[in-house]
Amino acid sequence: MADQNTTSATPALEVHDLTVSYHSKPVLWGVDFTVPQGTLTGIMGPNGAGKSTLIKSIMGLVEMNSGFAHILGGPLEKVRQQVSYVPQRESVDWNFPASVLDVVLMGRYGKLGLFKRPRKADKEAALSCLEDVGLLPFKDRQIAQLSGGQQQRVFLARALAQDADIYFMDEPFAGVDAATEQAIINLLKKMREQGKTVFVVHHDLQTAPEYFDWMVFLNTRLVANGPTKKVFTQEVLKETYGGKLSLLVQVGDLLAEEGLPPRKG
Amino acid sequence: MNWLEFITFDNALIRNVVLGSTLLALSSSVVGCFTLLRKRALVGDAVSHSVLPGVCLAFLFQGTKDPLVLLIGAFITGWLSLLTIDLITKRSRIPEDAATGLVLSVFFGVGILLLTYIQHLPNLANQSGLDSFLFGNILSISEKDLYVFGAVAICLLTCVWLFYKEFQVLSFDEGYASTIGMPVKGLRLLLTTLTVLAVVVGIQSVGVVLMAALLITPAAAARFLTNRLGPMVIIAAIIGATAGLTGTFISSAFRTPTGPWIVMALSIMALGAFFFAPKQGILAKWIRQRHWNRQIQDENILKAIFQFQLDNNSNDPVQTETLIKWRPMEAKQLRSGLKRLSSQGYLEQNNGWLLTQVGQKRGERITRLHRLWETYLTKYLKIAPDHVHEDAESIEHIITPELELELEKLLDYPEKDPHDSSIPRS
Amino acid sequence: MTLIAGDYWSMLAGCLVAIPCAILGCYLVLRRMVMIGDAISHAVLPGIVLAFMLTDKMDTLPLLIGAGSLGMLTTFLIEFLHRKVRLQEDASIGVTFTWLFAIGVILVSTFVSNVHIDQECVLYGDLVNIPFDLMEIGGKEMGPVAIWTLGLVNLCVLAFVWIFYRQLFITTFDPSFAVAIGISATLWHYALMGAVSMVSVASFESVGAILVVAFLVAPAATAYLLTDNFKLMLGLSVLFGIASAILGYLLAISLNSSAAGGMVTVAGGIFGLVFVLSPRYGMFSKKLRTLFKVA
Repeated sequence: MADQNTTSATPALEVHDLTVSYHSKPVLWGVDFTVPQGTLTGIMGPNGAGKSTLIKSIMGLVEMNSGFAHILGGPLEKVRQQVSYVPQRESVDWNFPASVLDVVLMGRYGKLGLFKRPRKADKEAALSCLEDVGLLPFKDRQIAQLSGGQQQRVFLARALAQDADIYFMDEPFAGVDAATEQAIINLLKKMREQGKTVFVVHHDLQTAPEYFDWMVFLNTRLVANGPTKKVFTQEVLKETYGGKLSLLVQVGDLLAEEGLPPRKG
Repeated sequence: MNWLEFITFDNALIRNVVLGSTLLALSSSVVGCFTLLRKRALVGDAVSHSVLPGVCLAFLFQGTKDPLVLLIGAFITGWLSLLTIDLITKRSRIPEDAATGLVLSVFFGVGILLLTYIQHLPNLANQSGLDSFLFGNILSISEKDLYVFGAVAICLLTCVWLFYKEFQVLSFDEGYASTIGMPVKGLRLLLTTLTVLAVVVGIQSVGVVLMAALLITPAAAARFLTNRLGPMVIIAAIIGATAGLTGTFISSAFRTPTGPWIVMALSIMALGAFFFAPKQGILAKWIRQRHWNRQIQDENILKAIFQFQLDNNSNDPVQTETLIKWRPMEAKQLRSGLKRLSSQGYLEQNNGWLLTQVGQKRGERITRLHRLWETYLTKYLKIAPDHVHEDAESIEHIITPELELELEKLLDYPEKDPHDSSIPRS
Repeated sequence: MTLIAGDYWSMLAGCLVAIPCAILGCYLVLRRMVMIGDAISHAVLPGIVLAFMLTDKMDTLPLLIGAGSLGMLTTFLIEFLHRKVRLQEDASIGVTFTWLFAIGVILVSTFVSNVHIDQECVLYGDLVNIPFDLMEIGGKEMGPVAIWTLGLVNLCVLAFVWIFYRQLFITTFDPSFAVAIGISATLWHYALMGAVSMVSVASFESVGAILVVAFLVAPAATAYLLTDNFKLMLGLSVLFGIASAILGYLLAISLNSSAAGGMVTVAGGIFGLVFVLSPRYGMFSKKLRTLFKVA
């Protein structure tokens, strides 16, 4: 639940002047936006636009060159227990010897300290999350024996088990069948109704306006940010998917080539 | 062995040994370039460890140290190890690195079991030379053996020379190689065979345990000294040969195995390349950074003086203290920067600091670039005017004259920046 | 074949090497870090020799600390070459461990002449002599020193894996999720590498610097072919480790050859058997499954 000093007026996410580089070439450049609480937000853009990088830098997984991201009005460290992250499904080895329940229980690890072990209550919480995603009968199944859609739902259940307020999901619909996609989106909408804020990296423009009530359009730079009704326009789409800015690309290449010292945030 | 004899090449045997070990090290280094580029460097490590049981088995069955027999034994188990790694990774869920480590250590363990078994056999007298396979001892092998290995090494080099073009494509892009009709499977087989052969001849001088270094280290060092395959192969060959030569020399002086000394020489050369390579080396990168930092500092000073005079509408000399107050800079860095700029003719000292004509021009250009970039960011990246300064502070230093022109054109030669300051043009 | 008391001590020492190796090996296999483990086990050699040259005896504590820190240095060096120098990862591993191992062999062959440490010992250890180096406390014989050292290392590794089970588990399966919930993947990476270094050093006397790798990877890989339960995998790998140690020792004395070589040969043999026969993840498991379905 929200901290005492964060009200519903505090933005869920405030990204300020964020620049992230890969091998000194900027992947995100001066990205600057704010998203209010209680939204289901789609992070949209073409391949290589920096969508995943945005989430990863917010979660502290890649270094920022400049700028910052505040979640619920503070840095990540202060609100870590209220934030949940769902990585891309391909980022882990599904041959790992673990059961479905093992993975979902990981969602409780953050709240346990260094030495404490999961208790019965943690296990019950994990089981109820599994029920929410419809995987309770599979709880002892080895994760390699699940379909792609089921694996994605396991990740979702793990995030639910964190009982967070803000969720960042990296392409939860990738490689998922239509029925599962529908089930997941229904779940996400239910979460929004409960006052949670959900960020989803998404590819499909067809379904996007139906899924999300807020959108962030990226293509290295921020193209648009706002309620779907306002920003899901032909103009914005053309600008987002119409290729990169040639001057920005040239300056980026120059930065990578010369190895200019990165700015100190 | 007499040192002097060694250096002067007087003794024909010594000359052969030195030439031989140089040749062996050289040929392994050349083949190593392709294994490295195909990202299979550690596979060479597995092959070299797996050669041991082959050598021991060949000795057990034949009872001789005939180099050809041992070579065939080594070749067979070396190949077998590669097939086993392939089989394990293809037919089970064991990842490749685990399969490599497993095959490497188990083959080596079997080799050790056989080796110690042979050593404890009562009736076999002529077995002592076998442990030189472990750490290499080129000085212990006979002249005739050396000819055999030398011939193999020359075969290797000829093969690489003949199939150079094909190996190049194969290492760079296997998929493409097959689309243009190259017999990829056959080439892969040939390259693997060459790798196994390189290991088999290389262990004479380096030994099975450290053989991996001869395949990996020269290639890795060469990779830092050039960006092209042809020179890379040649540099790797030179590094390998030099190490073979020095290693044999030092080890004969200390009467110890050759392998560790060759590897030592290789590693020192490689570390040298990593640190001092002209373009990709750590030092070169560091110097580039320093250069940039200095340039940024200098340009910031020129910009500060230029803007100070512009804002105060005066051409009076500027005091160092005033500058520090006006644009926060570190005093020590500022003083050294001022000195440097005046020696380069950008500044004049006259009761304070004055811009020379060139200094004026450069300060103006940086100010212009800063404001142009701020305009670009607000217009094209939709960043709020109060967020653009930081980014422009770094980009202003890197924009080339061509990019400047493009920027001006794109923005249609703007008069004012987002903060309503005028963009200077002279 | 008759076994004497000393043989049992040697077998016990073999088992005490196999147990922590098997446990840590499971993590290495699943983290795709077997070759880094290989590099560490090679690279502790100069540390062992240096510690030995400085103290002039095989004292346990300076050895574990000195050589163990060298194992950590290896990890740092590989990371440094890979990230800062931008050398590709397999080459970073190869360059680092061959260099450090070469230094070790040079030190051994040039400066050290002692029964405890020589070129053979570097390669395959000396299990047979372990029972003769006895520990004495207050004039009372307390059994071989190596058994005590290895026992201590076993306790440390078991405690480490038991207490921090969750942290190791999550950073192995999904490091980026671990970081996102505030568990440092880097910290646990280095902790694990520290444990591998310690075990490599402790096992050096018994099985040498190279064959440790087999103890790390073979039992773990074998277990990985049989189960989908991580805890069971840990248990099975320990079991395979112990079996290889005992059977391998027997094989070695019957052939009058290196004990460590025998143990590794058996460990490889067990893997081979399981690889061919495993019902679930073996070579013929798919065929077996279709066969049963048809029947």
